[in-house]
Amino acid sequence: MHLPIRGHCRAGRGAFAVAAAVLAAVAVGCGSSDSDTTSSSGGGSAASGNTIPVGILHSLSSFMAISEVSVKDAELLAIEEINKAGGVLGKQLRPVVEDGASDWPTFAEKAQKLISTDKVAATFGGWTSASRKAMLPVFERNKALLYYPVQYEGLEASPYIFYTGATTNQQIIPGLQFLQEKLKVKTLFLVGSDYVFPRTANKEIKAWAKANGMTIVGEEYSPLGNTDYATTINKVKQANPDAVFQTINGDSNVAFWKQFTDAGLDSKKLPVISVSTAEDEVRGVGIKNIVGQYVAWNYYQTTPGAKNKAFVKAFKAKYGENRVTDDPIEAGYVGVHLWALAAEKAGSTDPEKVKAASKGLVFEAPEGKVTIDGDNQHIYKTARIGKLRPDGLIDTVFESDGPIKPDPFLKTYDWAKGL
Amino acid sequence: MDVILNQVFVGLSIASILLLVALGLTFTFGQMNVINMAHGEFIMAGAYTTYVLQTAFGTGLLTLSFGLALPAAFIVAGTMGLILEFLVIRRLYGRPLDTLLVTWGVGLMLQQLARDLFGAQNVNVDAPGFLDGGITIAGADLSYPRLAIITVVALVVVAIAIYMGRTPAGRRMRAVMQNRPLASVSGVRTTRVDRTTFFIGSGLAGMAGVGITLLGPVGPTLGLAYIIDAFLVVIVGGLGQLRGAIFAALALGMANSFIEYNTSTSIAKAGVFLLIVLFLQWRPQGMIVQQRRGLA
Repeated sequence: MHLPIRGHCRAGRGAFAVAAAVLAAVAVGCGSSDSDTTSSSGGGSAASGNTIPVGILHSLSSFMAISEVSVKDAELLAIEEINKAGGVLGKQLRPVVEDGASDWPTFAEKAQKLISTDKVAATFGGWTSASRKAMLPVFERNKALLYYPVQYEGLEASPYIFYTGATTNQQIIPGLQFLQEKLKVKTLFLVGSDYVFPRTANKEIKAWAKANGMTIVGEEYSPLGNTDYATTINKVKQANPDAVFQTINGDSNVAFWKQFTDAGLDSKKLPVISVSTAEDEVRGVGIKNIVGQYVAWNYYQTTPGAKNKAFVKAFKAKYGENRVTDDPIEAGYVGVHLWALAAEKAGSTDPEKVKAASKGLVFEAPEGKVTIDGDNQHIYKTARIGKLRPDGLIDTVFESDGPIKPDPFLKTYDWAKGL
Repeated sequence: MDVILNQVFVGLSIASILLLVALGLTFTFGQMNVINMAHGEFIMAGAYTTYVLQTAFGTGLLTLSFGLALPAAFIVAGTMGLILEFLVIRRLYGRPLDTLLVTWGVGLMLQQLARDLFGAQNVNVDAPGFLDGGITIAGADLSYPRLAIITVVALVVVAIAIYMGRTPAGRRMRAVMQNRPLASVSGVRTTRVDRTTFFIGSGLAGMAGVGITLLGPVGPTLGLAYIIDAFLVVIVGGLGQLRGAIFAALALGMANSFIEYNTSTSIAKAGVFLLIVLFLQWRPQGMIVQQRRGLA
């Protein structure tokens, strides 16, 4: 029975090759939207020529592409702006875009490739803590610079990473203070994805709650990519908390919010504060499922100021009116500008000199004035608690008094001893 | 008591989703032995079909666009399946490992295609207004979207049972799957039957995509979240067995619901896997076995 099929296959092999070639061509064609910004790699070192290569390393494929593609867009926008203004040290920046493919070892490999083959002056990239942890040893070993644009769980300060997103004392702790002071929350339920960020964040939340008289009535974790929250929501309903602190990441957010609404809950019956749902994600969630709920970040598209107005306008002009800006997008954009300023100030793209020049560096960012902390290479950021409005944008309802000093190891908090 | 009822409903709901995504596979994998890793992308295509219709009709006509989405997604995903069968799979019958790799590659391409057409971001699909909320019966909260999915699955299962059992086309399909050479010498055009089978299997994946928009995210990688579950249902149920798939989906759904309630979501996933491993040690052929020749 197999013979005729094999014969058929052999006869058809030419046609199959053609089909495969066509499909491959389709795939290449799909990638071409990115390849115009990717210069041919190999050859050319940083010092020679009139351009300075810089690396951009985000997941442009697989499950994290949902979040990271927009950050890549913002970084390319910043590079374009810098080039229009004359570049860095009189040279134009040449972005080398690589795809981390949502796979952590790939991030490490591509980081090494950017450093040793493309000889990039700095790399902007990463999203998940797992990808950052994978890249960290590569950048430390090569003494090269990484600008990481996303809020994270803290407890890290690599000398070769600049953290342009929030650490916990700039996001999670202000969120808890908001719940206690403004919403009078006494009992809290924790719902998160099952990996390093939510687990660490919740450990900190529990320590804070213990010291500040808030009761944690439940704690639930679900695997990344989980799509069924019915049981989790049943458990929340039974515990009947005053509010939910939500650290679910990625796609699962959509499932959580849709099913939260289906269960007859809304922002009036049960307020939820989320630290990983931003404007970009809201578009896929469906605004009616999340309207009136709270988020904790440092930047929203609605943040006032001329700098932000110009940033939002430029982003929409380049990528389309229907696109939105949000916190990690802004942090990616800020990272590129911070590096360019530091290199300009140092008069060199040498990582050690850029690091030295970065200490105390100030930049008027869309989120307001940001300052690099010389000790831990995080940046001072203003905490902002936002409320989802019916058009999918976010209004600030609570703001810290000015930028908060980054404290990734929570050394200045008594309750955090022993974490 | 209402806790148990609630979890029974959750289990039923999980089972209906599992069955929905696995029904198409009972055709392509179960009956044709084609390991189609692009099955998840056909589910995605169905979900995006809903999105496209909704964008075209506007949010005022959600009910209409949802009603149209079911047949439209069937045709869209089915046609994609036909193209895949014609270009690739028919050249690889009897080579399951090659098929696995090739269809995985095709799946990645389809994901990238969706990303280029609709953007890397998730898109929003609104449920029709009459599906908002739910009812409470005896302390159990039954949400309308979940009830709708259960209803759709029940109707599809009945339709498949009738097609396979009562129509000449269905009988030809079973004949080819049970004994291809004998069916061939009896005058059944097996290549055409293969194509029909693949069309139906892929089309069912598309319909699953429509149902999934009610509960979960709609994005380029939607299929990855369901493909493994779909294969598990088919394998546990027994290859090519509609009844087996139903029992398997029910068992996995209930196990998931109750283990999750008593432990956590992560433990439930692991626990269900463990149960499957133990079950397959005991019954490698799955719940329901049919005497047949071939690779299974």
